[in-house]
Amino acid sequence: MVEKFDAIVIGAGPSGNAATYTLAKQGLKVLQLERGEYPGAKNVQGGIMYAHELEKIIPDFRDDCPTERHIIEQRVWLLGDDNYVGTNYRSEAFNTDRPNRYTIIRANIDKWWGEQIRKVGGLQICETTVTELIRDPSGKVTGVRTDREGGEIHADVVIMADGVNALLAKRAGLQAEAAPENVALAVKEILFIDPELIQQRFGIKEDEGVVIEIMGKVTKGMVGTAFLYTNKESLTIGIGCLISDFKNGDCPPYRMLEDLKNHPVIKPLIEGAEMKEYAAHMIPEGGYKAVPQLYGDGWMVVGDAAHFNNAAHREGSNLAMASGRMAAETVIELKAAGKGYSASNLAAYKKKLDDSFVMKDLKKYRELPGIMHGNKQFFGAYPDEITAAAHNWFTVDSVDKKTKEKAIMKAFVKRRSVMGLVGDAIKLVRAVR
Amino acid sequence: MSIMVKVEEKLYQNRYIVDESRPHIQIKSAEACQTCEKQACTFCCPAACYSRNETGGVTLVTDGCLECGTCRVVCQDKGNIAWDYPRGGYGISYKFG
Repeated sequence: MVEKFDAIVIGAGPSGNAATYTLAKQGLKVLQLERGEYPGAKNVQGGIMYAHELEKIIPDFRDDCPTERHIIEQRVWLLGDDNYVGTNYRSEAFNTDRPNRYTIIRANIDKWWGEQIRKVGGLQICETTVTELIRDPSGKVTGVRTDREGGEIHADVVIMADGVNALLAKRAGLQAEAAPENVALAVKEILFIDPELIQQRFGIKEDEGVVIEIMGKVTKGMVGTAFLYTNKESLTIGIGCLISDFKNGDCPPYRMLEDLKNHPVIKPLIEGAEMKEYAAHMIPEGGYKAVPQLYGDGWMVVGDAAHFNNAAHREGSNLAMASGRMAAETVIELKAAGKGYSASNLAAYKKKLDDSFVMKDLKKYRELPGIMHGNKQFFGAYPDEITAAAHNWFTVDSVDKKTKEKAIMKAFVKRRSVMGLVGDAIKLVRAVR
Repeated sequence: MSIMVKVEEKLYQNRYIVDESRPHIQIKSAEACQTCEKQACTFCCPAACYSRNETGGVTLVTDGCLECGTCRVVCQDKGNIAWDYPRGGYGISYKFG
């Protein structure tokens, strides 16, 4: 193959789609390579999609994008053994013409992206695995090798959007293997159920959605979270923990998921639903300190492959779309200026990221991953004591309230000591400041 | 509260395009697994592709693989797993993802 492209994008996930579409829309000759049978075949997301970043790329996406429900209520639950303490936020103001958050089914969205990319002249080829980067003697990336016959393809710049495994950058020595404490493994199921039942059980109307983010005993003391999302005709339920914790424990992820489904608080919500798919995926959790080199001569890395995930806010796909767009804009600007794609020129991509919410948010929470990893009490002792305190407080048994207060305080001190409690408070502040 | 769970029943719902006799993940040295104390792959893999065998080593069957990469991450200190993507078009094909 002698054909040469302005840019090759590897991967058809949120970051690769954003990059490809942005480049094609500006008339650049772009090739997107995807190893799955169709776009989305290898992708897994919870999934919640944030509208704002997509709107920047495709302003009228709501016309035909196959979203599920727009979210009007967010619940955050701390699960004990057979109980939960939680907060909810629900607002009619989320019922607008331009909702901010939607539940989605990833494969549907990626197929839609494929159509949008074709509409603006981008070339997306599936069933093609990129095996390695082609580099010239100086080390500059000049194209990719694929598993197709005669599968060498050349381009002026290569954008790696190959996801959390990021094999290409690792193989080329551009990125180290992720440490087990910097990646989580999440497993999830999609459960189909009568939409009427979803609406009854969650107190919502057609098209309205509820998301529940879950912490607590269900992760068995491991650093992790779980979730339950409402789609149109299905529910998505999942749980994920740091791989370092799975490695030191002995509970397989599918058993943890099954225990979550059978938790007395969760079970009535999913009762009678039919499981149609079981998925697993790694999530980058190392934050700011785990972000690898983002660009070099002839290459950039975007999305999960660049470790762009804000674990504290459960944001990933918006960081992916933003980074894909910024990588594409960098290419467009350099081409317009008649400049090449040397590392020093592509540094403009990093500058865009630094000036945006992507790096600003990761930086804000840079201490969070380390603090969570080293302080398991936030995932074991506190869920126990907080739910026990709630149980005591809400049980009316003729014990006077002052005595109840003392008993609750005593339980916390017994579990963590006074200094321990103070230390934990300081750690939490440090983690999010 | 841990209930018995058959991961095979979960995997049965998934669509796979199997690349016959071309496993995309391989154990490099069977002996290295025999001396591995933890054998974390056997309980970390979400598809239970790895199981302890009668020789005290680990047997890998990639048919149910979800291509998450966890085994590669847990085995990186030993470096005993050769991990690749399946050929284009093969492997797990998520209908929903």
